[in-house]
Formats: sequence, structure tokens, C-alpha cells
Amino acid sequence: MTPLLSVENLSIGFGSGEAVVKDVNFDVMPGETLALVGESGSGKTVTCRAVLRILPRAAQIRSGRITLNTEKGPLTLSEMSERKMRDVRGDQVSMIFQEPMRSLSPLHRIGNQVSEVLWLHRGASEKEAKRQVLQTFERVGFPDPERAYRSYPFEMSGGMRQRAMIAMAMVSKPDLLIADEPTTALDVTTQAQVLGLIKELQQETGMALILVTHDLGVVANMAEKVVVMHKGRVMEAGAAEPLLKSPAHPYTQQLFNAAPAIPAEATLAPPLPDDDLILEMNKVNKTFTMRSGSAWKPDVLVHACRGVDLKLPRGKTLAIVGESGSGKTTAARIALGAELPDEGSEVLFRATPGADPITVHKMDRATRTAFQRDAQMVFQDPYSSLSPRMRVQDAMTEPLEIHKIGTKSEQRDKAAQMLQRVGLNSDMLKRYPHAFSGGQRQRLSVARAMMLDPSLIVCDEPTSALDVSVQEQILTLLEELQEGLGLSYLFISHDLAVVARIADEVAVMRQGLIVEQAPPDTLFYNPQHPYTKALIAAQPEPDIERPINLKLVAQGAGSPEKWAEAFRFTDTMVPSLVELEPGHKVRCHV
Amino acid sequence: MSILRYAIYRFGTMLLTLLVVSVLVFVIINLPPGDYLSNQIAELKASGQSAGVAKAEFLRKEYALDRALWEQYMIWMGFMPGPHGFSGLIQGNFGWSFEFDRPVREIVGDSLWLTVLVNMAAIVFVYALALPLGVIAAAKSRTWIDYTSAFVGYLGLATPNFLLALILYYYGRKYLNIPIGGLMDPSFEGEPLTWEKMKSIMVHLIVPTIVIGTAGASAMMQRLRANMLDELGKPYVETAIAKGMAPSRMLTKYPLRVAFNPFVADIGNLLPSMVSGSVLVSVVMGLQTIGPALLTALKTQDQFLSAFILMFVALLTLIGTMISDILLVMLDPRIRYEGRES
Repeated sequence: MTPLLSVENLSIGFGSGEAVVKDVNFDVMPGETLALVGESGSGKTVTCRAVLRILPRAAQIRSGRITLNTEKGPLTLSEMSERKMRDVRGDQVSMIFQEPMRSLSPLHRIGNQVSEVLWLHRGASEKEAKRQVLQTFERVGFPDPERAYRSYPFEMSGGMRQRAMIAMAMVSKPDLLIADEPTTALDVTTQAQVLGLIKELQQETGMALILVTHDLGVVANMAEKVVVMHKGRVMEAGAAEPLLKSPAHPYTQQLFNAAPAIPAEATLAPPLPDDDLILEMNKVNKTFTMRSGSAWKPDVLVHACRGVDLKLPRGKTLAIVGESGSGKTTAARIALGAELPDEGSEVLFRATPGADPITVHKMDRATRTAFQRDAQMVFQDPYSSLSPRMRVQDAMTEPLEIHKIGTKSEQRDKAAQMLQRVGLNSDMLKRYPHAFSGGQRQRLSVARAMMLDPSLIVCDEPTSALDVSVQEQILTLLEELQEGLGLSYLFISHDLAVVARIADEVAVMRQGLIVEQAPPDTLFYNPQHPYTKALIAAQPEPDIERPINLKLVAQGAGSPEKWAEAFRFTDTMVPSLVELEPGHKVRCHV
Repeated sequence: MSILRYAIYRFGTMLLTLLVVSVLVFVIINLPPGDYLSNQIAELKASGQSAGVAKAEFLRKEYALDRALWEQYMIWMGFMPGPHGFSGLIQGNFGWSFEFDRPVREIVGDSLWLTVLVNMAAIVFVYALALPLGVIAAAKSRTWIDYTSAFVGYLGLATPNFLLALILYYYGRKYLNIPIGGLMDPSFEGEPLTWEKMKSIMVHLIVPTIVIGTAGASAMMQRLRANMLDELGKPYVETAIAKGMAPSRMLTKYPLRVAFNPFVADIGNLLPSMVSGSVLVSVVMGLQTIGPALLTALKTQDQFLSAFILMFVALLTLIGTMISDILLVMLDPRIRYEGRES
């Protein structure tokens, strides 16, 4: 059988620099799913864009050949004129991108943007295009296709936008779909559903799929063939099953070792001690008022946190897990005193064992300054959390200056010492952040947070912007620091696998409520709440034997009305947290 | 219809702003010590012409300049009866120009709509030139097209307007027989509007439009280019290309729509800067706009004339911002749906 697409000896470079893709070969059979796997800088994105020739202007294909075998004979994509290429794009080969929000024009209706494909390639009339688009919308899971047709992208959630992108790519019934990290920006349950949808559509239409991803879990769930790339070269390629079960190349093995996973088998863990708590949150509520923007409509109240009780024992790690909008970040901000909780909430912080607690929910100026020395934060995005105009040294010594600690030279020494502590070189102090890689920047963020010798660090998704191997290093660093200095972490994440690795206790949040709370092992051993089950089921595991269980995801990730009677909650009626076994609490009616 | 409601609301706020502006204008004009008449009386007394003094004193009473400032304001606006009953701006009486010794209405007369005409023409010129050039410069960035248009643009920015006016007049006369100075043939001045007069105005309008618009056009072109370059890097552009759209259509449908917002918002700023910026040009080119009249009025403290012209410019500005606000709401759904639940 002839392959649908064959890429031969492909090399791509920017300007006169070294090639970023070197001598890459692969074939895609009709109907087959090929996963292009690699970390940032591996050349996987450039490779997949080369197929459609939508490369950045400075990049050029230096050598090699890309052939698409269509019904009308082979097309050499790498040599075709731009004009002819336009007929291929969006028709025989279409593409979906990573960021569904930014990949759709904010000013045009979804229907218009999707129909455009049919206007362009089929010369369809507006009415005919609309009919087909509505059919596709229904197929990709829009509950009300007519409404989706009229909507603007900003009126939709991330998952719905990605469905719209999929509809746009599918409406012309392409032979090949290229999906560039299609689910990386989505919540884990949404990711599971979108992946499931792509798979179904593929089975229905028989199209081939090139899936570009960094996530081995996604690969294990989707791919029939895998190409592992590193620094522009193919490291290993072959059928998915043998490759995933016993990777041959050391780089692939390294990737696998770095990928965090929910343990396949867990045992019941003992509850955490609660005699020495560094942080205590009691009945924390936070309501935001969303202005309706009209004098005629009432403002909307959003309950970001509803009666959140959390206890963080000294020297331990408490993780809050949930998807976007679950209230996990708000809870963390309240714990840091960055946001004031509603009346009646209580947040207590004890810097040393047995000390009088600081009431974080109402601090005066002096207490706040003292509190800030003890509680620090590491942010998600290492690229935007460091000022590009400040030298590393200035960024690091700034906290000491604010709190007027030490002389200039003492501050510098401390900064140098901290850099070494996080595994960087002290001669990097004079550099600017742009000279550092993502992982190094996150190390810098950690070092900066450590400058004041805090006892509590709030980590807000500290690894979700990083490659897996770098994520592994940062998690190890955090663990080492905790061990050496007795730090306590409040760890915010959407990734259960990361949490499984680092946390001593996990609180799962949904719509502002903690729905289940337990040490991670207990949680994975005996998950009770349908939402927790959905989160666990949706986590793509790099293990081909443990595919995503879409049924569990669908049951738990939907609205609370779809849950079993015992777990349901509404705005007014909320069941309380029940302790099922020591240290394992579930929100349910008994 | 939410846009209609917004337009009505916007119109209401415009009237309110205009009221505040009127207070400011009146106060600022009266801030310097003395007024036109007291200056004149002092001058007449110094030269011993008592007959003139009596006339000036009469005018002071006639225009209520002897009353308290707030009363003067109320009478000027027409909120309060003056020596001749209710007769202020809102009744359509623009006041008396002491310098020209004629009613303000007669002095500004034609020049009001000629001002609007010249500046509208300049704005149309700015957009007609800046839009395509900015888009092309961005689409072909770092090519000779981009560099050439930037070079010409900077020339336009850097050339003083009056110099440009002189150059254009000289060569326009030499090669195209374009008339020099003014906005119409002198024989049409004060005549009712006829087809011939229109034609004359059109021909006279060419050079002033280019002179007033060039600097604005090159500035806008450069900003549009920068905006477009920003937008061209966004993922939705990639989506459009991956769909198989032709470059020209893709450019105008997607990035241009987004990059265009600041320029719609600019309409409001463009109007006043052109009116005030074109004062010098109007003097040099002998245009019958209100610019020169404003200059004279401010110099001689001719308060009713200057107050009226300032109010007129403010009105133009406010109408400009109102138009751009309403256009923005119509063009950008994100603004339209702001605060609405999704």
C-alpha cells in the first residue's frame, strides 16, 4: 500500500543558521495515527508545519521531499507553487493548533470562520455551507449548533473552542489532519473528551492523523506509530506498542522516566499528623461580583471558594487539584493574604511551632510585612514572572532590600549562595533572564522565593509551562529543598500525576468546593467522588495498557446534576465533607 | 436594539460634556485680566477720545459685561435673560465680535462648513492613503516596498506644512494649473451655492487636503504597520492560512479588522488636532476656515468670537469621539458583549 504522506530526508533551517530539522523521514498510511513526540526545541512543530508549508518567513526547507498521495495522483508538497498549495491547505490536509482561544479570530462569528473553508474549497453557497457546518457542529458535540454558529469565540469555553477548531478542520473531510498539541492548553477532563472525539471522527472518516505532542500519555492513548524527535533529529521511530512498552533509544527511555504517572497500584496511606500546623484555613469563603454591565440586569455572584477547610502540617506538601475555574488559585491567593476572604473566614499562619498565629485574613501593615518574609510564592510562567529589564542579581536581592536585610555585599553573597542551592552557577548573577532557558528561569523563581528564608512557599502550577524532563528536575529540586530546610508547600496543580509525585495530601476542588481530600495514595487506591474518578480516568498515562476511560470522565466531569444522587450539590444545598476512613474525606450525603 | 440604546446614551453624555466644556471655555477666556472693551476704553481714555468711551460703555451694558462672571456665562449660553431677554447660544445667537464690529454669525458664516469640509477631506485622505500603504508595508515588511513607504512617510512627517504648501502650489500651478490660495474663486465668495461654485471649491481643495493630511497619514501608516505586524504573528492568522485563504483576502478579513480598532478610535482625536494644526496652514494658504479668525480673536481678547469658535471645535471633537465610539461598538463584538454572561 502506498503511504498517504511521505516525508523524506527533510531538513529545515532558519536563515543561515544550523538546521533545526535534520534529515527527518517518516510515512503516514491512510487512516493511520502518527505521533510526533518531543520536547520544546525538538523540531516537531516545524516539521509538521512544513507539510502545509506554513513556516515562519525566515525558515526554509533546505532539502528533502514531502509527497502527498491523493486520488488524483501524487503531489509533491515541498515543490508546489504557493498558489497550488492553497488548494491543498484546509482541503486535503487541514490543521488544528494548540491555543484554541488565539487560533480563532476574535471578531468573526464561529459559523463564518468555519463556513469559510467550504466557500474557499467547494465554492459552496452560504446556505449550503451553513447546512454542512451545522451537521459538523452537531457531530463534534455542540449541544446547540445554531447557537454555536452565531457565537463569537470569546463566548465559548476552551474545550468548545477546540471543538470549533476541529469542526473547521473536519468540515472539508480531509485525508490528513495535523494536530499540533491540540489539547495542551485544555483541562485534563476536557483533553480526554477532545482526544476521544478526534479518535471517533478518525474512525468514521478514515482520515490519517499526525499528532504533535510532548505528552507520552497522549501518545499511548492515540498513536499507532511514533516518531520521537530530539534537537531536530529522529531518535526512534516505529509502531506504538513495542516502542512504548520497551523504548530502545536512551533518549526515549529518559522521556519515559521523567513522565510522572499516577501509580497503577496504590495502598491506603496513614492520615497526616495535625498537631503542628503551619497554615490553617477555616470555612474560607470568597465571592466575586461580576458586573453585568447593564443597569437592567442584576450583577452575578461567583462563589470562588465555598467553606474551604485546609490544614497544612509543617514540613509537608498540601496540593489543591482542580481545573480552571475550580477556585484553587483563589484559595492559594487567600492563603498568601493576596486576596481578602469573605467575612467569617479564618486563615491562620504559625511561623514557628507553638507561636501565636498570624491572622492572615486581617493583617495590619506591620504584620503583613512580617508575614511576607515567611510566606513566598513561585509562579506558573517563568517567562513573565521575571522582569526582563532586571539583572538576576537585582531581582534576587530586591526582597532583601525591601525588608532592609543585610548590607549590599551580604545580599549579593546570599543571592550567589541561593543560585548554587537551586543548581545554577553564581557567576550567572550578572545576566538578564532572557539568557536562561525555561527550566533555569523556574529555578531562578524558586531561588528568589527562597531569598527571605520563608517557611511556607505557595507554588502555583510551577511546572506546567515546562517540558517533562525539566519538570522532573524542578520537582526534585523542590523536594530537596523541603528535606533540607523543612519547608512547607501549598501546591496548586491541575495535574494529578505531578501531585501524586510531590504531595502528602491532596484536596480536589470543583466549583469552589473541596469534593474529596486524602493523602494521594489513599486517593488513588480508593477514589470515591465521581469527579475525582473522572480526573484519574482522564489522566493520559504513558502506559498503553491503561487507556483513558471516557465513560468515567463523562460521568464525573459534567455538571454536578449528572452525578449519582449522593454527591449532587446545587447553589444552595451542599452536602458536607464526610470522613470515610481516617484522613479520607468525601463530600457526599450519607 | 442595544446599539441604538448605546447611541442615545452616548449622545446624552456628549451634551453633558459639551456643557462642562462651555463652562471651561468661558472661564478660561475670562481668566486674563480685562476684556476687549475695558482694554479699548483704557486706550481711548489715554488718547482722550471720550466719544468712543461712551460707545464702549454702552456696549458693556448691552452685552452684560458689567455683570458677575456667572451671570455673563448664563446670559451667553441663553440660560438666563440678558439685556435683550433670552438670547444666547442655545437660542442661536452667537454674540457680537468687538474686533470686527459685526455679529459672530456673520464673521464665521461660510467658514464653519468650509472648516468641516477641509478637515473631512483631509481625514478621508489620511485613511485612504494610510490604510493600503500600512497594510502593504506590513505584509511586505523588510522589503524595498516597506523601506520606500517608510522613507516617504518620514519625509511627509518631517516636512513643515507651509513648506509643503508652497512646493505643491508652485508645481501644481506650473504643471496642472491648480489655483493658488483660498478655497474658491474670489468671485464666488458670499454667493449662494451653485454647481460652478462647487467645482471651484473642489479644485481649490486639492492642495490643502494633501498639505493638512500628509503628516497624519504617514504617522497613521507607521502605526498601522506596527499593529499589523503584531497581529500577523498571532495564531489566528496561521489558522486562516492553513485554511487555504489567499494572502490578500486573509489580510483584509482577519488581521486588518483587529489592527483597525485603534484607528477607528482615532477619528475623535484626528478632528481637533487637524483643526488646530491647520491654523498656520490656513493663514499661509489663505483658506477661509475659522483658524485665522480664532487666532485674531484670541490675540485681541474678542471674547464672544473666540468662545464660539472654541465651542465649535469642542463640538467637532465630541462628535468625532461619539462616532468612533459607536463605530467601535458596531465593529468589535468584544466591546459590544462586554459584561454579558457568555
